Amino acid sequence: MRAVKRDQKTRIALTLNGRKLAAEAEPRLLLSDFLRHGLGATGTHVGCEHGVCGACTVLVDGVAVRSCLTLAVQAEGREVRTVESLAAPDGALNPLQAAFRDHHALQCGFCTPGILMSFTDFLARTPHPSEAQIREVLSGHLCRCTGYANIVEAIKEVASSSHAPRSEG
Amino acid sequence: MKPRPFDYVQPDTVDEALALLAEHGDEARILAGGQSLIPMLNLRLIEAAVLIDISRIAELDTIRSDGGVLEVGAAVTQNKLLAWPNLARESALLAAGLPLVGHFQTRNKGTVCGSIAHADPSSELPLLLAMYAGEVVLRAQRGTRAVPAKDFHKDMLTTAREPDELIVAVRFPERPRERVAFREIARRHGDFAIIAVAAAAGANGAVTLGVGGMAGRPVTRAVAAHDAASAADAIGQWAEEIKGYDDLHASAAMRRDMFRKLAANVVAEVAQ
Amino acid sequence: MVSQATKTQRKEDASLLSGRGRYADDLPVPVGTLYAHVIRSPHAHAGIVRIDARRALAHDGVWTVLTGEDVRKLSDPFLAAVKTPVQQWSLAVERVRYVGEPVALVVAESRYVAEDAAELVEIEYAPLPAVIDPVAACAKSAPLLHPQAGTNEVSLREFRYGDTNAAFSRADRRIAMTTTFPRLSFTPIECYVVVAQHNAAENSYDVTANFQGPFSMHPVMARALRVPGPKLRLRIPPDSGGSFGIKLSVFPYIVLMALAAKITGRPVKWVEDRIEHLVAASSGPNRVTQIEAAVTNDGRVLALRLDQLEDYGAFLRAPMPGPLYRMQGAVTGAYDIANVDVINRAVLTNKMPASLIRGFGGPQLYLALERLMHQIAVELDLDPLEVIRRNLVPAQKFPYRAAAGALYDSGDYMRAVAIATGGGRLDELKRRRAAARVQGRRYGIGFAAIVEPAMSNMGYLSTLMSQEAREKAGPKSGAVSMATVNIDPLGAVTVTADVTVQGQSHETVLAEIVANALGLRPDDVEVTLEMDTAKDQWSIAAGTYSSRFASGTAVAAHMAAAQMREKLKAIAAKQLNVLPDDVELAGGKIRSRSNPDNALPFGRVAATSHWSPVLLPESMAPALSETAAWTPPELEPPSHDDRINTSLTYGFVFDMCGVEIDPVSYQVRVDRYVSMHDAGRILNATIADGQIRGSFAQGVAAALYEEFTYDEEGAFLTGTFADYLVPTVSEIPEVEILHYESPSPLTPLGAKGLAEGNCMSTPACIANAIADALGVADVALPATPRRIHALLERAGEAGER
Repeated sequence: MRAVKRDQKTRIALTLNGRKLAAEAEPRLLLSDFLRHGLGATGTHVGCEHGVCGACTVLVDGVAVRSCLTLAVQAEGREVRTVESLAAPDGALNPLQAAFRDHHALQCGFCTPGILMSFTDFLARTPHPSEAQIREVLSGHLCRCTGYANIVEAIKEVASSSHAPRSEG
Repeated sequence: MKPRPFDYVQPDTVDEALALLAEHGDEARILAGGQSLIPMLNLRLIEAAVLIDISRIAELDTIRSDGGVLEVGAAVTQNKLLAWPNLARESALLAAGLPLVGHFQTRNKGTVCGSIAHADPSSELPLLLAMYAGEVVLRAQRGTRAVPAKDFHKDMLTTAREPDELIVAVRFPERPRERVAFREIARRHGDFAIIAVAAAAGANGAVTLGVGGMAGRPVTRAVAAHDAASAADAIGQWAEEIKGYDDLHASAAMRRDMFRKLAANVVAEVAQ
Repeated sequence: MVSQATKTQRKEDASLLSGRGRYADDLPVPVGTLYAHVIRSPHAHAGIVRIDARRALAHDGVWTVLTGEDVRKLSDPFLAAVKTPVQQWSLAVERVRYVGEPVALVVAESRYVAEDAAELVEIEYAPLPAVIDPVAACAKSAPLLHPQAGTNEVSLREFRYGDTNAAFSRADRRIAMTTTFPRLSFTPIECYVVVAQHNAAENSYDVTANFQGPFSMHPVMARALRVPGPKLRLRIPPDSGGSFGIKLSVFPYIVLMALAAKITGRPVKWVEDRIEHLVAASSGPNRVTQIEAAVTNDGRVLALRLDQLEDYGAFLRAPMPGPLYRMQGAVTGAYDIANVDVINRAVLTNKMPASLIRGFGGPQLYLALERLMHQIAVELDLDPLEVIRRNLVPAQKFPYRAAAGALYDSGDYMRAVAIATGGGRLDELKRRRAAARVQGRRYGIGFAAIVEPAMSNMGYLSTLMSQEAREKAGPKSGAVSMATVNIDPLGAVTVTADVTVQGQSHETVLAEIVANALGLRPDDVEVTLEMDTAKDQWSIAAGTYSSRFASGTAVAAHMAAAQMREKLKAIAAKQLNVLPDDVELAGGKIRSRSNPDNALPFGRVAATSHWSPVLLPESMAPALSETAAWTPPELEPPSHDDRINTSLTYGFVFDMCGVEIDPVSYQVRVDRYVSMHDAGRILNATIADGQIRGSFAQGVAAALYEEFTYDEEGAFLTGTFADYLVPTVSEIPEVEILHYESPSPLTPLGAKGLAEGNCMSTPACIANAIADALGVADVALPATPRRIHALLERAGEAGER
């Protein structure tokens, strides 16, 4: 049984984008803060801290979750994937990212990492979804710039091709 | 917008969790999926001296179909239940209502039992539990009890759970060959519903109607549905009895109005 | 004419899609940085009796707790555009005037600890009566927010353009209505971020913040901090998570964190959270407009009277009351109306202060004007589209000087309307309405025709002063845009400009403009748009707001690139042994036009300037760095009779839509939406349509979803994203975008603004469609199910079907 007192910092070890990392955190530290400020993975953004906007969505053991509604301590031993893992090491965009660029599916780009991670999970489970299914998953994210239409188009393109992202990257 | 400090405990077994609950009682909060709890902690709306994280207790992360009852453990997420292979066949109403719970991303973490424990009056899972006349399995060191849905949900955000009790599972009696409908009205897709209405018709044609968002807890009733007019009368009368309530998004009168129309639609849908 | 956007790959995207953006909260902070948390008022109106921070200061990790008294000692009140005895600091002094007003600042070693300590600060308030309704706030008996001002109605001016009284007396009919535009924000997903440092040895501040401009606020901040401008170095990060006008209002927090840095002697960082953002960041002003038209029986509008009462919340911060005046010259909209009287009133209430927001005054004006045009049609039993057509400014009148002074640069409104309503689009709408009504469904059609201004005249706000006061204060006019093009020793081109990045694709468009001028590919041009007031060229108009990019900064970049081109031609002419006029830049080469084989690589010519400046033509300045500044002469100061050309360019938007009221949920569902834009020359079609779609979504949000709601006592009811309803993909309908291009003769690029239009037109268009669907005149926005239900209840039509 793991037990951590409120003022006690504990070592949290996890795999972030394929690399084993560890840092200290108090039990109340949110995973979003831990990723950004503890582990330096600032690609994951924070927009509301109450689970509505979806900007902070990451994959924990392959499943898309709100990192602002997850405690860092809960990620102990887990595989966490963030937007930084999507492109190839040489910077080449993966098909989902490329589709976003081709369809002008982002403007300020702040909400985009969360959307990419949601669909990395969803398209791995459902490689060829209907437009209605795409819209249903996208409705878990708020975007203020685009009006969403181009995001739907980008995802439709990926979903209709054979480029659905793999669940492991 | 950061939570207050709390002690964190991650028991490996139900027995450990029960011991912690016995020790801390209402100073403790159970963390399962956290999709309702952590927003409230972040907003500093609630106190929690100790968080008991049950999400890694393997014995709670199980779905069992046994003797005509679907039993869903406390660590089972909403999406995991949605993916249960027999769901659409044996529990069609659950299959119809679950996709309306929050969003894909919150269903990935949010648990079935957690939503029932949270007891929001318009949320889908308490209504589903009521529609199935299901029960909530509560366990404490002093013993285990199964509480019927109608006794578990008492009022808005209020349940029959005692501070030393853990919801270990909820049970939905399976109802194959049932015709079902689940509809809700929400301001935005994925929001808590203004009202949610469910109807189920068994092989004998008897129709059960249920509604969330009209009272402090979901309510259900059998309605005679041989013809549309008598169904409408029954629904109208019931709407006046349960009254509805006012909030930012809807007045009580508007809720009654929505209920009458939505209920007539779902009853018609299952009655044919 | 259907938009056929060719695909553009934005320069910005690779980084943003890879998690390599550099937003304010991503940047490294100095070692030893402390974190701040703002304690906010729970009261709408109260005296501050006592603040006891002793327990908080005793908490581990806490450095200081600032209060209004500290701020009053260390800083001066913010300068405002309207001279009143009202004073405002970065924390409440003596009194709080809205729920969410900053009262104290806790500075600690982490945000978590600062929030813990904030709960230990004891603040005693003496509640006062609050006033929320702007009309009630004007009553003599209303509680005063600022007793020293003697009134809540802090600015009032009356304007007469033409002979309105005569027109009203000869008109067949007078048709009037009252509209109310709600309070809302467009809530960027990234909230405010400030990191402030103070150097005590120099008494200078170095602040990084996601401020958006205008930089006319820089002197306001420096004055508040009691330092000369250069002692406040302000840096804007390269990426910002949206702004939509909202991030102007980070400025009081820039001053507050600067003071905290001074007091603690450590860098101080503050990241606003969503709850703070919703309750107190910024709001568009709500407006009550009484509008009346003098009309002929065939629907021609001879004159207008407008009484615009705008609610700015608790303080009139600079540059308020901008929304009341930004549209002043164009107050007659898209219509040829020679006579108009306007009363502009700014009132204070116990709500969060209002400020910039996309659309800025347009949505409020056009809701009144376009609802009135619809109502004229209803009362005269005419087709609403016909009433619009009869009043549009005719094509032959361009350039057209509007009654209140706007100079509409170009357009053919009738033609644009004809295209939009043609192609079977309007017929289809009417068919759908008829079919719905046959089945007893409530379906309506709405129109809106608006003029979209871009690039504000910095002098427009002085219209709120009398001519005598303007003369005393000195003239204000124009709007300076600046951009710089540099070439490095290897021939790489870099561009900087006076805009702040918020997602509008400025990097991509500037690279295209400069590459085009220099015969290069956009990929050859690097654009760096982070701002540093200590090193970049800027003037008061700098920043990203009021659609100033296409008509302003893009022009400056075009000019700087042209200057650079001429310079390179002169350098190359000497090396190519030809006359400069015979030199052209194309395909990465600089060559003789008459003998293209006589060519030099672009980089080679560039290198000459760096490595061998003595070889440059005589009298040429050596460095390859060209800055252009541009201010158009048409942006004149207000005339003696208060006519003002409020903006440089005026685009045209015509919208039409069909909506249906859901009989069960009372939700308004947009069935079809068509939006025609004449934004002059389109600089980049993909980006233009992207801006329009975003603006449209915000217009729908304003029409149907988003509102800051207060109860009568001033309690704030929409404090989370669960209550303040930002639409998701499920709530935003499709929009068919059409273009018609009337290039502006006033800018070298011919481009006008286009990103605010639908924020202005869409709320009015949807409101008109709802009025048509329900047969009612009184449509309050946002048209929520609750409001629709109430309208039907009043008409006795709710309930049983």
